[in-house]
Amino acid sequence: MAAITATGQTKATRRDFMLIATGAAGAVGAAAIVWPFVASMAPDAFVIAAGAPVDVDLAPVADGQIVKVFWRGKLVFVRNRTPKEIEEAEKVNLASLPDPQPDSARVKEGKAKWLVVFGNCTHLGCVPLGHEGTYEGWFCPCHGSVYDTSGRVRGGPAPLNLPIPPYTFVSDTKIRIGEESKVPPKAAAA
Amino acid sequence: MSQHATTYVPKSRFAKWFESRLPLAGLVHSSFIAFPVPRNLTYFWTFGAILIFMLAAQIVTGVWLAMHYVPQSNLAFESVEAIMREVNYGWLLRYLHANGASMFFIAVYIHIFRGLYYGSYKAPREILWLLGVIIFLLMMATAFMGYVLPWGQMSFWGATVITNLFSAIPLVGDTIVSLLWGGYSVGNPTLNRFFALHYLLPFMIAGVVVLHIWALHVVGQNNPTGVPIKSGKDAIPFTPYATIKDMFATIVFVMFFAWWVFFVPNYLGHADNYVPANPAVTPAHIVPEWYFLPFYAILRAIPDKLGGVIAMVGAIVMLALVPWLDTSRVRSANYRPLYRQFFWAFCAVCVLLGWLGSKPPEGGYVIAARVCTAWYFIHFLLILPLLGLFETPKPLPASILETVTGRRGGSAMPVGAAAAPSTKG
Ligand code: HEM
Ligand code: FES
Repeated sequence: MAAITATGQTKATRRDFMLIATGAAGAVGAAAIVWPFVASMAPDAFVIAAGAPVDVDLAPVADGQIVKVFWRGKLVFVRNRTPKEIEEAEKVNLASLPDPQPDSARVKEGKAKWLVVFGNCTHLGCVPLGHEGTYEGWFCPCHGSVYDTSGRVRGGPAPLNLPIPPYTFVSDTKIRIGEESKVPPKAAAA
Repeated sequence: MSQHATTYVPKSRFAKWFESRLPLAGLVHSSFIAFPVPRNLTYFWTFGAILIFMLAAQIVTGVWLAMHYVPQSNLAFESVEAIMREVNYGWLLRYLHANGASMFFIAVYIHIFRGLYYGSYKAPREILWLLGVIIFLLMMATAFMGYVLPWGQMSFWGATVITNLFSAIPLVGDTIVSLLWGGYSVGNPTLNRFFALHYLLPFMIAGVVVLHIWALHVVGQNNPTGVPIKSGKDAIPFTPYATIKDMFATIVFVMFFAWWVFFVPNYLGHADNYVPANPAVTPAHIVPEWYFLPFYAILRAIPDKLGGVIAMVGAIVMLALVPWLDTSRVRSANYRPLYRQFFWAFCAVCVLLGWLGSKPPEGGYVIAARVCTAWYFIHFLLILPLLGLFETPKPLPASILETVTGRRGGSAMPVGAAAAPSTKG
């Protein structure tokens, strides 16, 4: 939009300045107003507040039983594993796993009995059925993903192991989900 | 709107006064009264009118449902039950709306396959076709979010599975999913925003429909021969011929629609959706509504999360690319002996995929779904480009009129030059 002078040379005009200044202000303004619109869709303060830690009493959970609890609206499995289930989870050849992780990295030290994992399939989020599938860990009815007694994926379209929520033992028979324990799990450091 | 010179002449003083300020009547006249229609159109060309009717029907029944529906996760299920049991004729409104969605998809699938058979996507109709693909995408989004609203078990788990598709996107996937949910799982914020969008999208569809019809009236309608209108003798005026035919077809379609609503209103739904949403238990068989089944089968055929999502999206992208994938210069499959056979094979594959999508993902079903998925893409990516090069088409008729009357002559109507801008095909 630069004006062409009589000599054929281009020369910046006041209109060029207006165009650039208006365009820049408009672009910055548009970017600035998009942000609140997108951010408003994120979890709001109520939803985040509902993420306060929850305590789960382990005493009533029988051997082999899986209980379902909710934290931040998400399903969590708390599984009281039998010695056989623990043994099967530990003696796996790690190299054969889609998402290799030793069982010891998935439980708290000295508490191998208790497996605490999120209860939604890492494929598309269905709730897998406990004590089912080849490894009698979990089996997802939606598209056939198979998990072992450590909640690790062993087959099907799910890409990852069932994730472990932050939790800590507040006493021998009580865990608090939503609060990370101070001591890191043994093998996680390795 | 169209480029046809309008033949509308306002008669009354008010009409003249109005027309000189806003030429609305002239626009309607040139688009829906004097508009030249190929004289050989079959009933496959009435589905556009049927689709407009269905969109209007969904909007009207939807707005009436919204007067009673509560988009709150503790109340949504109850409010839909109240619509069914307490609201006067609420059952009718809901059954019309729920079955209306299925009728809408039946009509759109017939409409799309009509286009694929007669080559309606070829020049000069590419933009018209692309606008159609956009409408189809918006329809899918609308129907998906509508199905979440009753907040039954299928609503909840359908929403969970479909929103989780986005988590397959590398890096930003999880952020996108949490923005969709407004939480850490599907919940009340999700229901709320889905209701807002379910209300909004049909009006966006209506906007794109206006563009779709605008594009149609610039390039003119295709017809069973694929040969463009060459003279006035090939065409008849929209009114009364197309108007009455469209109305007749719509009424017959409404009778078909009414049969579902009054005799088998829940046949196309899932019994599980009459169980309130329970985030702790997934139903044993989760399947989407019938109109999504072929895409669902493609998703499950690929044994990899990201791969499955890419294949499913790719299946729709194929439709958008078809104007450029098909290299044949002949439009109508009536004159393409090989394409015609591949077309029917493709239809069979789509129906088979739909059936496989409703079956559990195990054993022979998975293998069959993989074969069909492969064929789906081979059809678009290999067969369409190659056929155009190797196929010998049958001789085309000299004109539309010739195929209708077998001779030259007959009554003529004036057509604008724009009705046949294409020399291709
Ligand atoms: C493109 C058009 C539309 C389609 C394809 C569509 C589709 C659907 C579907 C499949 C359902 C679930 C029905 C069920 O199983 O109960 C639904 C529910 C609903 N829709 Fe729509 N809809 C459309 C337009 C609208 C519009 C414009 C509104 C206006 C506000 C609306 C309001 C509702 C409401 C309130 C419900 C919940 C009540 C119920 O489940 O019956 N819809 N829609
Ligand atoms: S959601 Fe579990 S396998 Fe797909």
